[in-house]
Amino acid sequence: MASSFHGSKINPDRFDRSQIKFFLFLIPMMVFMGLPIVYIFSHAFKPIDELFAYPPRFFVEKPTLANFVDLFNMSDTTGVPMSRYLFNSIIVTVVVVALTIVMSTAAAYALSKKKFKLKALLFEINTVALMFVPIAVAIPRYLLIDNIGLLDSFWAHILPLLAMPVGLFLVKQFIDQIPDSLIESARMDGASDYIIYWKIILPLVKPAIATIAILSFQAVWNNVETSTLFVNDESLKTFAFFMSTLASQTGNSVAGQGMAAAASLLMFIPNLIIFIILQSQVMNTMAHSGIK
Amino acid sequence: MTFLKKHHSTLVFLMPYVLMFSLFIIIPVAIAIGLSFSYFNAIEPPSFNGLENYVNVLTQDNVFMRNVLPNTLIFALVVGPGGYILSFILAWMLAQIPRLPRIVFALVLYSPSMTAGIAMAVVWRIIFSGDQTGYLNALLINLGVIYEPLQFLQSPNYLMTIMIVVTLWGSMGVGFLAMLSGVLNINSEIYEAGYIDGIKNRFQEIIYITIPSMRPQMLFGAVMAIVTTFQAGAIGVQLSGANPTPQNAGQLMVNHIEDYGFIRYEMGYAAAISVLLLLFIYLFSKLAWRLFGDND
Repeated sequence: MASSFHGSKINPDRFDRSQIKFFLFLIPMMVFMGLPIVYIFSHAFKPIDELFAYPPRFFVEKPTLANFVDLFNMSDTTGVPMSRYLFNSIIVTVVVVALTIVMSTAAAYALSKKKFKLKALLFEINTVALMFVPIAVAIPRYLLIDNIGLLDSFWAHILPLLAMPVGLFLVKQFIDQIPDSLIESARMDGASDYIIYWKIILPLVKPAIATIAILSFQAVWNNVETSTLFVNDESLKTFAFFMSTLASQTGNSVAGQGMAAAASLLMFIPNLIIFIILQSQVMNTMAHSGIK
Repeated sequence: MTFLKKHHSTLVFLMPYVLMFSLFIIIPVAIAIGLSFSYFNAIEPPSFNGLENYVNVLTQDNVFMRNVLPNTLIFALVVGPGGYILSFILAWMLAQIPRLPRIVFALVLYSPSMTAGIAMAVVWRIIFSGDQTGYLNALLINLGVIYEPLQFLQSPNYLMTIMIVVTLWGSMGVGFLAMLSGVLNINSEIYEAGYIDGIKNRFQEIIYITIPSMRPQMLFGAVMAIVTTFQAGAIGVQLSGANPTPQNAGQLMVNHIEDYGFIRYEMGYAAAISVLLLLFIYLFSKLAWRLFGDND
């Protein structure tokens, strides 16, 4: 039946002329999406005369590290050095990512493989909470954090970000794919729940762990809200916050623009590196991401 | 007692998550609902005032009715479905090219969403800068389209469009990745069966095979699209550098909440808008559930 329609070849092995039409759409899209990213790299290395050249040039011609040097030597108006913000961000990020992984995988294991009464309800509530938008309840969160005495502490950066409904959701869907028989036979051999979680579940859900690591990393590393709302002490604020003040105060001043560009590059690079390392694991997790 | 014995490990596994979930998601939502029925200025304790806040939103708040609500709806209706359809088209095309270019393209398309607006506010402000060193202005002047630089970010005529473009630019996130792996994982036999059943063109193929076969990912993607859309509310303030935005042109519900809550300290009123926002998101998601859910 040579005449019958034969459409998509999904996941083709090699290039074929029939794919040209896709490339014709994808390449301009990629350029549009990628240009600002390329620009951020280029801009961060521009010396001051190129930053304000007219007409503006997209690519850097005489790259320099001056912007980064300025940035590292800079303190804000209250005398807190930039390195302090960076240090705070790193601590907060490491703690949040680690705790999020432990909490989500543990809860996902229980929700997926244990049998108890409220199981279905809990997962249902979590699925509804996928739609939760933290920014909508900034005020109640502020009152709550104030009342339990966490204002002006690292905990104010950490605790609000730990429960990540989409993280629990993805890990739970992933654990669902692990056959019950595997867990049963371990139990026959006398393994406790904790051993099963540690020795069987965790190694098998590595791709899902990579995925929540990325999601929680992005949530915490880019977070400005906790610094603006819950922390008054400048020396406890994060790099993302520092970055946002650079952007708003000095965005148009001469020296500020170069530093702001350097800082955005520093903000962006860790995101990119982590995603490149973990991308194949992420795709593996996403195959099980559907809401059924 | 027997319950504790039988389930103690389950409790240990669940407790930390459930505790944090309740403390920072459930309780704040409950407080928001409670506050929305009261007058609260953050100094005196809240006093119950019934539906007054909601009545005021609907009858007294000119800015809300004239700017914030229409802005939010326009923004949500363009960015939500727009970003979602774009994610799907891109995912569908990416699935049909070889692996190596696919990974590179996917990475580039996904990377804007990693920046979550903050880092990129700098870049966009330079691109749309209001003097002639702004990239767009320089480009348009060179092309002879305009003679004087335009104040893109301060002008009510352009701010909303720019917000939409910037948000769309960053909207190929988790949902996009989910849909990509959804398309990739459809069993090829389903396609073969479809061709035998008389699928005649690509459009039919997408409607009758591709989308139904990846419905769970479509739903996940839809929910993510809705959430990122409403989450992106801060973008207007970041771009223009002011809350309220110039002539309220880019004012969204999220900014309105911040304006009343943290600038004017009318927290009860701000809470009422928060509740409306959450309700909006819920309704939009319900619609997505209708379209892609498994309830038929």
